[in-house]
Amino acid sequence: MEKMHRARRGAPLAALAAGLLIALPALAQEQFIGLPSYRVGPYAAGGSGIYGGWIDYMTLINERDGGINGVKLSWEECETEYNNARGVECYERLKGKGPTGNTTFQPLSTGITYSVLEKVAQDKIPMVTIGYGRTDAADGRVFPWVFPMISTYWSQASGMVKFIGDKVGGLEQLKGKKIVYLYHDSAFGKEGIPLMEQSAQKYGFVLKQIPVAHPGNEQQAQWLQIRQEKPDYVILWGWGVMNPTALRAAARSGYPRDRIVGGWWSGSEEDTIPAGDAAKGYISANLSGVGADFPVIQEVQKHVYARNKGNMEDKSRVGSVYYNRGIVHGILTVEAIRTAQQKYGAGKPLTGEQVRWGFEHLNLDADHLAKLGATGLLPELKVSCADHEGAGKVKFQQWDGSKWLPLTDWIEADRSQVRGLIELSAGSYAREKGITLRDCSKEM
Amino acid sequence: MLYREAGQFKASYQADQQIFPIRQDRVGFALVLAFFFLLVPALANQYWLQAILIPVLIFSLAALGLNILTGYAGQLSLGSAAFMAVGAFAAYNFMLRVPGMPFLLALVLGGLCAAAVGVAFGLPSLRIKGFYLAVATLAAQFFIIWALTKFPWFSNHSASGVISAQAVVILGYAFDTPASKYLLTLTVVAVLALLAKNMVRSSTGRAWMAVRDMDVAAEVIGIRPLHAKLSAFAVSSFYCGVAGALYAYTYLGTVEPEGFNLDLSFKILFMIIIGGVGSILGAFLGAAFIVLLPIFLDNVIPKLFGGLLSSSFSSNLQLVVFGGLIIFFLIVEPHGLARLWQIGKEKLRLWPFPH
Repeated sequence: MEKMHRARRGAPLAALAAGLLIALPALAQEQFIGLPSYRVGPYAAGGSGIYGGWIDYMTLINERDGGINGVKLSWEECETEYNNARGVECYERLKGKGPTGNTTFQPLSTGITYSVLEKVAQDKIPMVTIGYGRTDAADGRVFPWVFPMISTYWSQASGMVKFIGDKVGGLEQLKGKKIVYLYHDSAFGKEGIPLMEQSAQKYGFVLKQIPVAHPGNEQQAQWLQIRQEKPDYVILWGWGVMNPTALRAAARSGYPRDRIVGGWWSGSEEDTIPAGDAAKGYISANLSGVGADFPVIQEVQKHVYARNKGNMEDKSRVGSVYYNRGIVHGILTVEAIRTAQQKYGAGKPLTGEQVRWGFEHLNLDADHLAKLGATGLLPELKVSCADHEGAGKVKFQQWDGSKWLPLTDWIEADRSQVRGLIELSAGSYAREKGITLRDCSKEM
Repeated sequence: MLYREAGQFKASYQADQQIFPIRQDRVGFALVLAFFFLLVPALANQYWLQAILIPVLIFSLAALGLNILTGYAGQLSLGSAAFMAVGAFAAYNFMLRVPGMPFLLALVLGGLCAAAVGVAFGLPSLRIKGFYLAVATLAAQFFIIWALTKFPWFSNHSASGVISAQAVVILGYAFDTPASKYLLTLTVVAVLALLAKNMVRSSTGRAWMAVRDMDVAAEVIGIRPLHAKLSAFAVSSFYCGVAGALYAYTYLGTVEPEGFNLDLSFKILFMIIIGGVGSILGAFLGAAFIVLLPIFLDNVIPKLFGGLLSSSFSSNLQLVVFGGLIIFFLIVEPHGLARLWQIGKEKLRLWPFPH
């Protein structure tokens, strides 16, 4: 009888303890971010670098700061193999995970971006496409859920024209010059053409478009043609194996590499190292700073790698082009969540809709960047309802044989020219789909 | 004991020649159809419908097309993805440029365009065989993708060459939910699979199989090789074209020519090899294997060892395991999964006796 009484007294205490234990995990809610990464296949270097850098930055925020205002970040990777169908499957799989669902989708593939473009609006998940994707999504009135932040392809093309203009002594000096646009024959490669054609008309230079069939490891014919044309500059708009092949072919045909200006998907260590000596002097664009000297990367080394929690297996890749781009992805995501928390309440995980507001009101000025330790790593950025691009700036760097050296500071694209094309293209999409433009003056 | 046809007498030739002569087969198949038509849309969530079932159905259809060409008619083809692209872009252009075009008609017209292109690229089959024909169809693959990228008319002059499929509306009913898209895809695939099954059982199918087995002997006994081979190309490309149109309209929503690259052609070829060449069921089993197994591995392998594997390692391990399983299945049963199913049924006929 006594034993039963003791057991009965113990039971409510045990229930209370069990209840507390069940309740405790619910208190520590986390902000979930789905990562549709690709770590295999021909583009694995880009995928592992960028997603690795992004994961490292999120680990830094969790380890050093204890999360964003106490809300820790959690993430899960889903292998897309850079394939559209797998990307769609990953999108659907990651959609519902975490306490508030997936709060941002950044596929790092233009193909996957197009495949889920219409789904993100229905599922209320902001899609951020930094330096790729659908350029005309910069018009936030037509694409409220897509953010092609920092710079789009047309801004890159405009920046390249300005850079080449600077090199020849001014944009007026471009008249009569010849520029070859050597592009990967795909949707990605053709993205730059509208702006290049418009600029050729505006500044009076001759534009010669030369396509390279995918995957681009055969460029004899193209470089023979370039040798005949004798252009002043060659713009290399390539991806993957096309890039080192172009540099080697340029060396063989005797075209000076410091007259080749590559895009930001043609300007990484994985593009220049395979080309060996042929890459020396080659110039490329970038929308993130290069090198490991940035304070934020030092912080990552201190708080993440020193505690053996780093994501990169090859630690020498910290500070490489793709890794830094990953850190930029992390910074923009975290700061957008922080911005959203200022409106929707700190200390709890936010929904995709709230994070979208955060992205749309992201304002990273020089002071903010200095506080983050990212001055020079990314440009000052101000996203708004109508302008989802936020900066439209690009930097140029040069390969010296062993590393990338910064060549210029941030060059701003001709924003009125770029914006004009964006609004034209977004407008025709809106008409085709019957979308009414958002009235940005009415929204906060 | 369970799978006997004792007591099942046929009273007409029609009954004797039906696709499922054994009653248990008919009942089983009816249950399967009821499951997929009635139970699945009611119970499955969006992830299963949108990301798992619809792509399996679409690739089953494409694999069915390739199986007709390679499995039944013996013409090796590496251009199936290109014919899918033709179907997708043709259906898109018909819906875009012809006002009031019904979706199902656009689907059929897209398939017919793909069939016409298939016949054009199948002409070399009259002179070359086997490996060499595969190279000629490889030319189809590259040429069609190049043409779709090069001529902006196909993608309605979009800057990037990407086409965005219009909404699917049939008789005023909009197919915009995953369940409705799934049912539409399932219906189309079921109807076309039935047509394919009957075609291969008919004299057309027998002509194909004769050409496959020994085309000289087939010609000698009076089968016209031109007719047989080109009809195989036409039907196969029609199926691939419809699959491509469904790929654009009910699955991805937007497609670009690069999405129908050589990798996809190889994938479809692997589907019929794993599933079983020369078998209708094989197309479905192979498509399920090739589409679902990588997703299953991606769900399971990263969580192995308590998440201690680095993501790069686990992604590469998935590819290794996938390749290993393909090799394993081909060693265990070179004739594919459909043969395993057939062996299973034969053993069930004798059960509980071993022989």
